Amino acid sequence: MATLSDLIAASTPVSGHRPWPRVTVDQEVWGKASAALAAGDLTLLGLWGEPDRVHLALLDEAARAIAILTLVCPDAQFPSIGALHPPAIRLERAIQDLFGLIATGLPDTRPWLDHGRWDVRAPLGRASATAEEAAPHSFLPVEGESLHQIPVGPVHAGIIEPGHFRFTANGETIVRLEERLGYTHKGIESLMQGADLARAAKLAGRTSGDSTVAYAFAFARAAEAALGVEAPPRAHYLRGLMAELERLANHFGDIGAICNDAAFSLMHAHCAVLRERVLRAVDSCFGHRLMRDCIVPGGVACDLSAASAAQVLKQVRDWRKRFATLTELYDQTTSLQDRTVATGVLKPVLAKQFGAGGFVGRASGRAFDARTAFPYPPYDDVAPESTTLEQGDVDARVLIRVHEAEASMTLIERLIATLPTGAITMPLPLRGGEGMALVEGFRGDILIWLRLDDEGRVARCHLRDPSWFQWPLLEAAIEGNIVGDFPLCNKSFNCSYSGHDL
Amino acid sequence: MLKLLLPSLFLPPLTERKPAFEDRELAELAKRLDKAARRKLGRSLSIRHVDAGSCNGCELEIHALSNAFYDLERFGLRFVASPRHADVLTVTGPVTKNMREALQRTYDVMPSPKWVVAVGDCAIVGGLFAESYAVVGAVSKVVPVDLHIRGCPPRPVQLLEGLLRLLEPDAKVRSK
Ligand code: SF4
Repeated sequence: MATLSDLIAASTPVSGHRPWPRVTVDQEVWGKASAALAAGDLTLLGLWGEPDRVHLALLDEAARAIAILTLVCPDAQFPSIGALHPPAIRLERAIQDLFGLIATGLPDTRPWLDHGRWDVRAPLGRASATAEEAAPHSFLPVEGESLHQIPVGPVHAGIIEPGHFRFTANGETIVRLEERLGYTHKGIESLMQGADLARAAKLAGRTSGDSTVAYAFAFARAAEAALGVEAPPRAHYLRGLMAELERLANHFGDIGAICNDAAFSLMHAHCAVLRERVLRAVDSCFGHRLMRDCIVPGGVACDLSAASAAQVLKQVRDWRKRFATLTELYDQTTSLQDRTVATGVLKPVLAKQFGAGGFVGRASGRAFDARTAFPYPPYDDVAPESTTLEQGDVDARVLIRVHEAEASMTLIERLIATLPTGAITMPLPLRGGEGMALVEGFRGDILIWLRLDDEGRVARCHLRDPSWFQWPLLEAAIEGNIVGDFPLCNKSFNCSYSGHDL
Repeated sequence: MLKLLLPSLFLPPLTERKPAFEDRELAELAKRLDKAARRKLGRSLSIRHVDAGSCNGCELEIHALSNAFYDLERFGLRFVASPRHADVLTVTGPVTKNMREALQRTYDVMPSPKWVVAVGDCAIVGGLFAESYAVVGAVSKVVPVDLHIRGCPPRPVQLLEGLLRLLEPDAKVRSK
């Protein structure tokens, strides 16, 4: 079995990369990494480009180690990881679109984020203007008797984000789902380049609106890692508090929305009220309902007053009581369970292969949680309790979220009870460096990698949403289910479009 | 289930009173809306929403309008599933180039008279994304916009005020 430390032992580490090592490798080591991924010894954490190189972030779960492998591509090519390890395919298609580097041997070479409408090719690489009409997108061929196709999107019936779903069905049963994403691509990584830390942090916080705290948190940690500094203790705790409040609000809202997609609107109405109560409490503490721009590199932008802290503690007790009644209702409503149990099953082997994070992974036997696997403050002091299930159906994903909501409420109480005093922010030096952060958002682990130039501006920043490894699994989980259950399955995964499309 | 249903019979509703009109700029904009068309539609408007590349923050707050505190539907405002049933189009996001055509087509199939409300800073000026190769920018560059609701994202009360303006463009602005 190949371990990560064996793999990188012979390669040269790059200096000034924190907290995990980054090494420059040759094609041979790159190939070994690819084989180790395919064998299931390592997990893919991320794969991203620069104009003349590619970076591969790897996780060794058994050894609890992370490393980044960098391969320089002088002739604008690199051996495809996706050829052996399918989770890398979409990431490589995105690299081809954005940087113009070619992944040789990539099984699926269709563009992914580039829909042929940007008027420019390889915008982050050696960009070249293009006025060419894009070739129409070709979906994968499906053959067989009595099959029909249903195209859905990019504009959907509900108030949700845009994306296209192509269903092939036999009667009611879905034979294949193919996703087409990229509609919300805003070019965030190109806007990052040259931005100062303040602007870059704002951009990071607008990558995925429901995870604005988690993204700002990850960006701040990556920046602090690059600069080799740590924020003050009180800031750590406040960040943790914000992150848990965000998780709680999302879990409350989504649990209701999932039940609504199973036509049980009573749960939805009550969960929406709970979510609103959380947002109002957050608003009175931090001045913004979603806590936008509250976390900044170097600390946090807003403090928590003693009165607000007491208020939150009081409210948590109230939320817990109300939520208990709702979970009891979920448990006792057989008509609802009839829809959620055994629907949209994600097999544990797929969750492991794709390194699925968050509740999607934890409902299918993958226990990984960035807060406990690589504890960052405040979770090194206050560890969350986590649960893992094996069933992998809609019901399991709901139950994991119920547990997580309860655990978040406990964390909120503990963080407030032990909140350190002192400064909430610190001045940052203007210098260069490279840093990476892995932060657990409500949806799973968010990876941010950052290189600062000597004036402390962003030279390159990559943001990897957990959805990259969850979207493909939705395609697998939906197979054999009926078309009518798609909204339910989709909501139970709740992948981000904007976070994925960037 | 009884545990939940019984108390709701006795407790007062959570729904809050209609927000006061506070935004002067919004009032000015609303005055210019076509009165004749509005008279025809009466006090009920169907709204279709398009996310043209938002970060999803604006959508979260639009969703909140349906919770028991704001209860949008009591005002005769309703989100509908098809643009063909809609009088109002709400649009969020800096209109990505990948979404421009979808937005344009959604607008085109709406029956007249119709209004467009640009929701959030991104939809109004492109927000932080304005200079990107991948975005068109303001919604008004693609379809004519009648009303702007500012914020990142706007709060539900601001959204409510904006949408109610469509129904009552002449209502007085309360001075603070
Ligand atoms: S205005 Fe703000 S919340 Fe709305 S889409 Fe833009 S960045 Fe997101």
